[in-house]
Amino acid sequence: MTESQYVLEARGIIKIFGGHIALDAIDFGLRAGEVHALLGENGAGKSTLIKILTGAYQPDGGAVLVDGEPVTLDNPLHAQTHGIGTVYQEVNLLPNRSVAENLYLGHQPTRFGLVDHRQMEADARVLLTRYGLTLDPGSELGSHSVAVQQIVAIARAVALSGKVLILDEPTASLDRNEVERLFEVIGELKRSGLAIIFITHFLDQVFAIADRVTVLRNGQLVETQMLDALSRTDVVRLMLGKDIAFNGSTDLEPESAHREVLLEFSGYGRKGTVSPFDLTIHKGEVIGVAGLLGSGRTELARIMFGADPADQGTLRIEGASEAIRHTTDAIGHRFGFCPEDRKAEGIFGDLSVRENIVIALQGKLGWFRALNRDEQLEIAGKFSESMDIRAASLDMPIKLLSGGNQQKAILSRWLATDPAFLILDEPTRGIDVGAHAEIVRTINRLRDDGMAMLVISSELDEVVAYSSRIVVMRDREMVAELHGKNINPGIIVQAIANHPDEAVS
Amino acid sequence: MRRVPFERLANPQLLALTGVLLLNWLLFPNFFNVTWQDGRFFGSIIDVLNRGAPVAILAVGMTGVIATKGVDLSVGAIMAVCGAVAATMVVAGYPAPIAVGAALLAGLACGLWNGFLVAVLDIQPIVATLVLMVAGRGIAQLITEGSIVTFNDPVLIFIGTGSFLGFPMAAVIAVALMVSVTLLVRRSAIGLFVQAIGVNRAAAALAGIRSRMLLMLVYGLSGLCAAIAGIVVAADIRGADANNSGLWLELDAILAVVIGGTSLLGGRFSIPMAVVGALIIQAMNTGILVSGFPPEFNLVVKAGMIILILLIQSPYAALPFRRRLVTTSKATAK
Repeated sequence: MTESQYVLEARGIIKIFGGHIALDAIDFGLRAGEVHALLGENGAGKSTLIKILTGAYQPDGGAVLVDGEPVTLDNPLHAQTHGIGTVYQEVNLLPNRSVAENLYLGHQPTRFGLVDHRQMEADARVLLTRYGLTLDPGSELGSHSVAVQQIVAIARAVALSGKVLILDEPTASLDRNEVERLFEVIGELKRSGLAIIFITHFLDQVFAIADRVTVLRNGQLVETQMLDALSRTDVVRLMLGKDIAFNGSTDLEPESAHREVLLEFSGYGRKGTVSPFDLTIHKGEVIGVAGLLGSGRTELARIMFGADPADQGTLRIEGASEAIRHTTDAIGHRFGFCPEDRKAEGIFGDLSVRENIVIALQGKLGWFRALNRDEQLEIAGKFSESMDIRAASLDMPIKLLSGGNQQKAILSRWLATDPAFLILDEPTRGIDVGAHAEIVRTINRLRDDGMAMLVISSELDEVVAYSSRIVVMRDREMVAELHGKNINPGIIVQAIANHPDEAVS
Repeated sequence: MRRVPFERLANPQLLALTGVLLLNWLLFPNFFNVTWQDGRFFGSIIDVLNRGAPVAILAVGMTGVIATKGVDLSVGAIMAVCGAVAATMVVAGYPAPIAVGAALLAGLACGLWNGFLVAVLDIQPIVATLVLMVAGRGIAQLITEGSIVTFNDPVLIFIGTGSFLGFPMAAVIAVALMVSVTLLVRRSAIGLFVQAIGVNRAAAALAGIRSRMLLMLVYGLSGLCAAIAGIVVAADIRGADANNSGLWLELDAILAVVIGGTSLLGGRFSIPMAVVGALIIQAMNTGILVSGFPPEFNLVVKAGMIILILLIQSPYAALPFRRRLVTTSKATAK
């Protein structure tokens, strides 16, 4: 070991997007021969940090050091020459070319200026056997499984860079056996002295393979720790940042206040998405949904709303058996759904605020009972006032509004349809403090007015404050339903983290 | 009706049309001369209306398709099919109304077929409509058995060459179609829904809009418009030419829609402006012809004009203009 114990180091990295601080003085060190897990919820700054370490972004402050020497990484190609290679979640190769071509693209062995295919395939065969793959290098990459493609991508990255390997959610689309196979490869690389950064949402995998862990939250460094010293609960707590709230215990809303049953899901589920679950929802109550990203929270919401309809189980609405095969069925039963990804699934960016607010109501009315402009303005005006939507004009495109105002507009869109059951997926994510408070206030108000709601959120304090029950999702399964007194974020964190082989307290 | 403020009339399309017409007038001083003869108007400007009608009719249907982020390449071929249907039926002795009705149904069926491929089988519109673009001409040739079918039916001929209140029938049909489709789309919620699925289909599904029905409708309408254009063109030349009827007109129709300010990325659309776009294209064609330039110039000049019009519409050119609009809308919000 020379002057630095780190192969790759970030010192005091700052990155600012517009007025938003994405990374606030992050220190991060990577040793040779370790697997270092990088954890954090969406928006914590993981991908920004990775993009800086691979040269895709330039930091606004701080320095990146390779082997103790400060370097400026202009782009990912440049990072490669410093020995830093990256493998992304979606395989970034050419599926219609051969395995060997994918391995050597851009630096093919040549003879008389032409690509020497025989040499290339021979080299590829040797390289692949080191990864335990015996396949024809001349075969098309796309004909192999995603796991094999992933390993080929790793082989390519290691061959090109050879010092640091960054794996950005490499297991997201793999099944259990494939994950194991990938882990064998990663373990082998680790033993050969490679430094590996591993990003994933699956805690099991972190504990299976990582040596150390760094947790980011809201652009801040929370902790870098040896994994041996941590339990699952510790890690979840670090990610969600609930240390303070662990002291006080908050009671959930009393359940006795509402007895009238609105919805009964029994054995409800969708194959390959969410395992069957039972859930009863009363009028005037909020059900909180907790769980890490990728635990099946959003999938649960989409099944309930008919966006990905259930293929098993039954639903009773006010006692009558009903089937929801399409979102229009759900809307017909007075459901509403504010999706998590506001931009991709929520707003109609080029359409006006007014049109965005009235569209679900108009969808319910159909093609020919059209709201005229004055009626639209009246409805949009009413909600923009009661929800305090700050827009210069209701006729301006909604994409020009801030995230918080967009969210309030989407909430208004559903409130305009007079829903009985509202599903909110991360309603307060990525919005400013004022809008945040307004949305929480609205949730409380609607509950008191007798509306049933299902709120998915990572803000556990908040969920506890307005929910009467909390269901916990893990591995696409509803694993717990918490109710009664003494529910605090600590207990929820434990339920999220609980693992069969860990003691349940 | 709402008042149309002057600012809304000063849009790039109408300015461009005025510019092209003025240019024509400079090159050919008699351009605006209109004479009354045999109970109808004659003149270059009337000629623009008459000759521009088929593309304008196509543009009415194409606007809806493009607003959903799609495109319909098959309209030229559908024109040929429907012209062939109408012509062979009147030649076979059917009365003209039945022949026209059958041709319209054929066009609607072609459009619904496209809609089926796009909405139900989820095939990309450019590929889905390419099928009929290629196959349509073959079908038309099968119907006409390879020859140009000529006819003398006075009712059918009237559709192409007759006049109404002195204006050419083709132009009257185009205007009537434009007005009725615009009213249908704007007075119902269809226009809003079409824009919604064009802007964000995922969000539209979550907001409870059934995009399949809507796509079927939009492609069906495009097929219907192509049928009308096909009948007009066949009636004009008193014959159905399976090889040349509507040839390349799909491209003019797409161009008219784009000149009309509807983005190929879907979303906001304007049917009247697409019709203005068709008139701009025709005014250029006519202008080059009457001003005595060799027709070879036509395509080059047209390309130059189109680049100019699209430049005027580009977000960069509109930037100073838009800033002013934002300040005025803020002021009105107070």
